[in-house]
Amino acid sequence: MRWLRPLLSVLGKSITVLIAVAVINFALVHMAPGDPVSVLAGEAGSSDAKFLEQLRQEFKLDQPLVVQLGSYLQSIATLDLGYSYRQQRPVWDMIADRLPATLVLAIPAFLIALLGGILMGALASRYRGSWLDSAITAASLAFYATPIFWVGLLLVLGFSVSLGWLPAFGYETMGSSMTGIPRMLDIATHALLPVVTLAGFNLAVYTRLARSSMNEIQGADFVKTAWAKGLSSGRVVWVHQLRNAVLPVITLAGMQAGQLIGGSVLVETVFAWPGIGRLAFDALQQRDYPVLLGVFFCTSVVVVAFNLLTDLIYRLVDPRMQSPS
Amino acid sequence: MAPLLQIENLSISLPAGADRALAVDGVSLALNPREIVCVVGESGSGKSTLAHAVLGLLPRGLKIAGGDIRLGGLQLAGMSLGELRKVRGKRIAMVFQEPLSALNPLMRCGRQIGEMLRTHGMRDAVQVDARVAELLVSVGLPDHARIADSYPYQLSGGQRQRVMIAMALALEPDILIADEPTTALDVTTQAQILALIKGIQERKGLAVLFITHDFGVVSEIADRIVVMQGGRVIESGEAQQVLNKPQAAYTQSLLAAVPSFRPPAAGAIPSDALLKVKDLRKTYVRKGKWFGPAQQFPAVKGVSFDIRRGETVGLVGESGSGKSTIGRMLAGLVSADGGEMRLRGADLLAEGAFADPARRRSVQMIFQDPYGSLNPRHTVARILTGGMRRHGMSAGAAMERARELMRMVKLDPSALDRYPHEFSGGQRQRLGFARAIAVTPELIVADEPVSALDVSVQDQVLAMLRQLKQELQLSMLFITHDLRVASQLCDRVIVLKHGEIVEQGATARVLEHPRHEYTRELIAAVPGRSWK
Amino acid sequence: MKSLIKRYFSNAGAVAGLACLAAIVLMAVGAQWLYPINPWDATEAPFLRPFEEPGAWLGADSMGRNIAAGIVHGAQASLLVGVVATVVAVFIGMLIGVPAGYLGGRWDELLMRLTEIFQTIPSFLFAIVLVAIFQPSFGSVITAVALVSWPPIARLARAEFMRVKSSEFVEAATVQGYSRASIVFSEILPNCVSPLIVMASLMVANAILLESAISFLGLGDPNLMTWGYMVGASRTFLRLAWWMCLFPGIAIFVTVLAVNLMGEGLNDALNPRLHRKG
Repeated sequence: MRWLRPLLSVLGKSITVLIAVAVINFALVHMAPGDPVSVLAGEAGSSDAKFLEQLRQEFKLDQPLVVQLGSYLQSIATLDLGYSYRQQRPVWDMIADRLPATLVLAIPAFLIALLGGILMGALASRYRGSWLDSAITAASLAFYATPIFWVGLLLVLGFSVSLGWLPAFGYETMGSSMTGIPRMLDIATHALLPVVTLAGFNLAVYTRLARSSMNEIQGADFVKTAWAKGLSSGRVVWVHQLRNAVLPVITLAGMQAGQLIGGSVLVETVFAWPGIGRLAFDALQQRDYPVLLGVFFCTSVVVVAFNLLTDLIYRLVDPRMQSPS
Repeated sequence: MAPLLQIENLSISLPAGADRALAVDGVSLALNPREIVCVVGESGSGKSTLAHAVLGLLPRGLKIAGGDIRLGGLQLAGMSLGELRKVRGKRIAMVFQEPLSALNPLMRCGRQIGEMLRTHGMRDAVQVDARVAELLVSVGLPDHARIADSYPYQLSGGQRQRVMIAMALALEPDILIADEPTTALDVTTQAQILALIKGIQERKGLAVLFITHDFGVVSEIADRIVVMQGGRVIESGEAQQVLNKPQAAYTQSLLAAVPSFRPPAAGAIPSDALLKVKDLRKTYVRKGKWFGPAQQFPAVKGVSFDIRRGETVGLVGESGSGKSTIGRMLAGLVSADGGEMRLRGADLLAEGAFADPARRRSVQMIFQDPYGSLNPRHTVARILTGGMRRHGMSAGAAMERARELMRMVKLDPSALDRYPHEFSGGQRQRLGFARAIAVTPELIVADEPVSALDVSVQDQVLAMLRQLKQELQLSMLFITHDLRVASQLCDRVIVLKHGEIVEQGATARVLEHPRHEYTRELIAAVPGRSWK
Repeated sequence: MKSLIKRYFSNAGAVAGLACLAAIVLMAVGAQWLYPINPWDATEAPFLRPFEEPGAWLGADSMGRNIAAGIVHGAQASLLVGVVATVVAVFIGMLIGVPAGYLGGRWDELLMRLTEIFQTIPSFLFAIVLVAIFQPSFGSVITAVALVSWPPIARLARAEFMRVKSSEFVEAATVQGYSRASIVFSEILPNCVSPLIVMASLMVANAILLESAISFLGLGDPNLMTWGYMVGASRTFLRLAWWMCLFPGIAIFVTVLAVNLMGEGLNDALNPRLHRKG
């Protein structure tokens, strides 16, 4: 069972990260200017001294810090992420409601960015020096420099406002009561622009990396051997070169998963998409810190999950049992 | 008999900005059936480029500028990819220098060989497997099932090269082009692979175009020899004739530069010991990951020897023998795990022994890589005077001595304000030597200082070492894997295997009357012993 | 040095990037002369269309603020945050990466674990959480951007340090009797510098993007007019005034593109490809 040790090590790392995030959350609450209670209360009822005293008791704020940290970690482990006094709901419930919508954007965006990036980078390298290569390189350079939120707004301007082809915001057409396939299609048309926006930046990054990786591999000895064996150019490029060139892209995708998820805050704001990114934005506006911190923690969990996924993909491509980091 | 492969007046151009216009300049060469033609030259001679051009494998930027490459009636120069594919692997096959990087690291070896069979029409999986097994056995890998199932990183260098050869022979080509196939291998493995290639060539009647820089190898296998320099053919002819009666001046000087295996007459052996090493040990420990235990790698397992004042002792072994580790322990770069090391009685293994400047300067080192042993951002003056200034010399005196050192190693003192990249490999090794003797050490540890140099440059640097060693009465520990170099330079030789000394003694005695099995193996593996 | 400059200037993209950036810097420095008004002041008619009135070629926003003035003044904030945050990030990164490379062993593991954690945490969310909790200001934005940007620098600094540390010329310096401090500062560090410079210049681009995203969400310093803020303010008026969104965004795009081109030009100039000999 030689996969057991690497699996345990990766799991161990993941758990360490989550604990670290929880500790950071805890630290932020106590390091913020002002009374930790006001942070926890959000900006709801912060003027009521009796209410604050009640909160102080409830959160055991008079106990030593270590004890507080311990009970905080314990509650996180049981998915108790606190309570939003603004919305009068447990934070976890609010997040659980919105998480699927974010995943509807994040998972396709991740796959499009990774697979699309590899494909375009490989094509650019395969036809190195041609107009296709120049076009792909220029396009990825441009996307690499554009802010996500601006791309989103421009797409809305272009496709919704001017052309009217796609809906500008929301998860599905309001007031409709569709089910099954028509509903999924409706959601899909609403998701199209947000997914493209979310994928855009990372797509550019992976395209550039895939292209330079493929170009570098072109000069490798084993590629020379493959040509010398009389293999067809298709086989040399797509079987021999690609598999080796893809490894650094997968590694980078894993490291950048956090960035992708973070981008959902911006995308969901622009497209009024009801996910946890939008939730974070609303919490920001309302200074509802427990919700904000809760979202922070949950996105970390999602990122860790993506990391595990990319680690798995890496090991499938490279059976040499070396960890990508 | 018509030649199988005829290269006529071939020229290959280099991209703009290279140090010359043509990598290969008007080269003509013929390869007849059943013969081995060795193309010999130093680095930059164009021999490897020539080999790559035959199958259309030139790297980006290099193009065929003129001439023909004819295979029977076919013109290979400028052939389209589709047509070339019918030749590659089927009629001409190629083997490269570094087997680890020449095999796809992510594909099992059996599949890589099988791929060749499948591409050229064999469909039946059972048939493919059987043929792969047959091929692996024929190259001396009886454990074929395990090898076929392994990834390249799981095999040794010799095994990988055998896999490459098996892959090349899969479709029974008429011609094998081998580009320095044994250069990256240990000398004993090299001997095995050479024997393998020779055996296969005889059995199957292959024609082999063998590229190498090593005349010893050439003397073992060549039927005909082609000598190249600067992209041109300097001389070509029957092996015996070129090796023993070379016509061109370049060939003559190249052959003269190959160190003879026979050691020169031994001089007087000095008596007082400078360095006494007793039972020296070093074990590398790699921490276990997660739940695994820590792994131990004993690199040096209890080694004892002396170095007497004024003598040069050769430390000879293959890779992994621990010779480099011993050298580094002597120079204070690596800590020892046990044993004794005394320089004129002073304990070098004591805590903080090398912190004492007097002790530090007494052992100096010359390194292997001419491109990595000089700080690219420092001027030569700074590199040479740094150590001297450290030990208290004034700036003026140090510069004066630096000029003197440059003259000693036959370099122009006015070059002191240049940077390392402005010097050639051989010149850089001279600078490394100048740096080492700048602080007047008593013992110099030379770690493979000429291994990375072309044979003619190597000859010059060795001559300089011999001369200065005599003049300055230096004691040296000379680490090398090359028995020829050891033979010409060292008074005594220590043979190392897997961290242990198997034999030591006067050079002439060890090389001519070896006592240990391993020493005999090493000596037998040196190519061209009977020739020079 | 001379050959470096020559190589850099032979690259068209790099030169274009440098020229563009120089123009933007000039614009930022000369903001007071170009538009001697406070960009927060309502000097025009609200929703003034672009190309209609000289002096307000890019139109005005919902409150009548001159967009061109906003862009010119906003350059100051964006560039300043980008550069200062990068400097801080490089400082932190080297503070962690160099000791990790030098000490090795347990310290290395500890510091790299720390780096890994910070690298895995969703950086944008962490940044906005930081800014939100410590209240938006110039200082908190810079701190937040620096705190999420340092891990790649630490990794690179460590990797480069370890690579150079094991070079033969460093071993030679040890054998020649150089002190440990002298080896670190005059042998190792100068040879680590080039890739770090390239990464730092590309990081400035990232920092500008990060800052604009933070300002877009309304978390920027409330006294600073930045491009991100302007795009954020345009969100609710997208149908009415497309120019509020387009022009500030173009400013961000051009600046980031210029910095990227410069960084890549530096990379190509510092690492020339050597030809193979046969």
